[in-house]
Amino acid sequence: MNILFILIPVSIILGGLGLAAFLWTLRSGQYDDVEGDAARILLDDNGPK
Amino acid sequence: MTAISACPACDAVPYAQSIAAKATPSQAEPNLFLSLPGIHCAACIGKVERALMATPGVDNARVNLSLKRVAISTASADVDQLIAVLKQVGYEAFPLDAGLLQTKGDTLGRMLLIRLAVAGFAMMNVMLFSVAVWSGATDATRDLFHLISAVISLPAVLFCGQPFFASAWSALRVRTLNMDVPISLAILLAAGMSLYEVMNSGAHAYFDAALSLTFFLLIGRYLDHHTRNAARSAAKELAALEVQTAQRIDAGQTQTVPVAQLAIGDMILIPTGVRVPVDGQLTSAHATTDRSFLTGESAAVNLMQNETVEAGEINLGAPFEMKAIRVGEDTTLRRVAALTEMAENSRSTYTNLADQAARVYAPAVHLLAFAAFGVWVAITGDVRLALNIAVAVLIITCPCALGLAVPTVATRAIALLYAKGFLVKSGTALERIAETDIAIFDKTGTLTLSGSARQLNDLNDPQVRIARALAQTSQHPVSRAILAALPSASPATLTDVIEVPGFGIEAQHNGQTVRLGKGAWLGADFDGTGLRIGTAEPIALPLSETLRPGVQTAINGLRELGIAPQILSGDRHAAVADLARAVGITDLRAETTATEKHAYLTALQAQGHRTLMIGDGLNDTAALAAAHASVAPASALDASRNAADVVIIREGIDELPSLIAIARSTVHLSKQNFAIAAAYNFIAVPVALLGYATPLLAAVAMSVSSITVLLNALRVGRNV
Repeated sequence: MNILFILIPVSIILGGLGLAAFLWTLRSGQYDDVEGDAARILLDDNGPK
Repeated sequence: MTAISACPACDAVPYAQSIAAKATPSQAEPNLFLSLPGIHCAACIGKVERALMATPGVDNARVNLSLKRVAISTASADVDQLIAVLKQVGYEAFPLDAGLLQTKGDTLGRMLLIRLAVAGFAMMNVMLFSVAVWSGATDATRDLFHLISAVISLPAVLFCGQPFFASAWSALRVRTLNMDVPISLAILLAAGMSLYEVMNSGAHAYFDAALSLTFFLLIGRYLDHHTRNAARSAAKELAALEVQTAQRIDAGQTQTVPVAQLAIGDMILIPTGVRVPVDGQLTSAHATTDRSFLTGESAAVNLMQNETVEAGEINLGAPFEMKAIRVGEDTTLRRVAALTEMAENSRSTYTNLADQAARVYAPAVHLLAFAAFGVWVAITGDVRLALNIAVAVLIITCPCALGLAVPTVATRAIALLYAKGFLVKSGTALERIAETDIAIFDKTGTLTLSGSARQLNDLNDPQVRIARALAQTSQHPVSRAILAALPSASPATLTDVIEVPGFGIEAQHNGQTVRLGKGAWLGADFDGTGLRIGTAEPIALPLSETLRPGVQTAINGLRELGIAPQILSGDRHAAVADLARAVGITDLRAETTATEKHAYLTALQAQGHRTLMIGDGLNDTAALAAAHASVAPASALDASRNAADVVIIREGIDELPSLIAIARSTVHLSKQNFAIAAAYNFIAVPVALLGYATPLLAAVAMSVSSITVLLNALRVGRNV
């Protein structure tokens, strides 16, 4: 059962990474225009820079 | 973020932020915003951005499809030029006042999202340990897992539950109950009880329940905030779209100038029904204004010469002149505050569905939990067991699904309506619109648009001057049309200008009474609009009226929904009857005054009808406020738009039936969601009362009911 002492911190740290990533996306405004971002993938790259 | 940090990851946030700042290329802040109601797809984004970037002077242009808006950073290009560029590629654009739009997202919503993320993170980790316990971990392993759960949950619950605690506390302080009281009690008792169990090596801990409660309720809270915010920003967008111009008087002639260009000392003319743009001093002899946004009472206030007029007041009486004494940011903010205030406080007497449910639910939950505790103590004498059962009852009855039922549906519906060109200003508007059975239309400016086929060239010079002077004091669509059709000339000087709602404008000029208005009111034998100077023969000013696009579709659609359309107009009978015949409405009332309109609506309400009023003018304002629900076109007067619950941004009104259809399906689904939530409680509560509720059962019952409600909400407007 000693494996738990490694696995538990690992699971918490991984979860924490996910949380940090979410907070980063939130703060960098990636939810400001959800519809627009979904549509932009259809645009050509040589369009507006 | 506050001092309570729920997890190690929170400490990483500032670092992530600094990386994010570096990642985005540095570019000039956008300084110009245009509203683009017509954009809807990727091709639109490409076309708009390409067209703008190709325009000289534009450094950057970025479309926001969700907000239907483009942000432009430019040093030299001016608004009109850019609007022309967009018109060429096929998009209608309207300038938005950059100062009014908060370009940075709202902090409260972001705070809720952060709490939501923390709660979700903590919930998932604690769930992992709970699964191990549920599948049979015992003794030291179970205690260790419970202990780790406690270490994660307690700070997380304290941090994430704050919105509920704050709201519950403010309700308790004034000795009332709201939905947040049982919520806070359930969260805190579940966490506290579990902590006690952990310290005594108990078998059951409800940490996961406390966290998933918080998590699901925060989703509801966030969506609720989102809906309110949407209503608030709708009002803000209206302000940004509209209140940008003022009538400045330069050497006797009024000129339409942007509010931003007003300087201290400028003389400004405020037509009837229009919002005062800046603070000023009244220079006319007297004025009547509505300062309800300041005092909360919507009674008219009479002002005398030299008294102060504040930005945001609405002119209810005759047009008046004032001298600007304070301009700029302060007055702008107040004007916006006035608009948003209106949006939030309209019809505060109407109790929405969620509040009705909460009023019954909150006391019932407390009584139930308390009864369970009392009965179990009486039967077994075991306080710890009884408390455990009471907590289980509180957790299971906790209005998770109830808190989600209305906000999820409303959020989705408002977003749908926005895409169809409706700005929903009031939170309870949809519920009220769903109940309506009669739709009452105003004619001029609502069903019809005024215009003139030809220039009014057959007037002589003094007549043109007087007509211009009279027309420019009013915002009525007919006055606007006349002003556009008249040849340019400097307007005559008028005194004692009065706008008689529904009839016309009267003033004194060189000792003569001059009038611009309806033929009958002028004493003329023609029916249309005319001008009369003193006792001379009235002169007819022929105007053409065109049907607003989509009227026929709207009326047919309303009929299909079982709503009877009617026309209630101040115009002469013949004109109204012609129009009614053209669109197929038989129920019409013509030549009504503002008071009669109001009385008619009040009478209909008294008969038990629920009315939907669609109007735009000064004579509709009272009727709009009296109706059960009201809609105004974007071209309406400030006063009318204020009174309306929903504003139509597009010119056509063909989507009106889908407004009602969406409103109905919103209410239907909200009720269905309540029923689903109630059904889950119906099954789970007896189990909890009998003492068979394990933490596993509590977690499953709660999550499943919340997720069912969330998924059900997505069905809104599917068939519209």
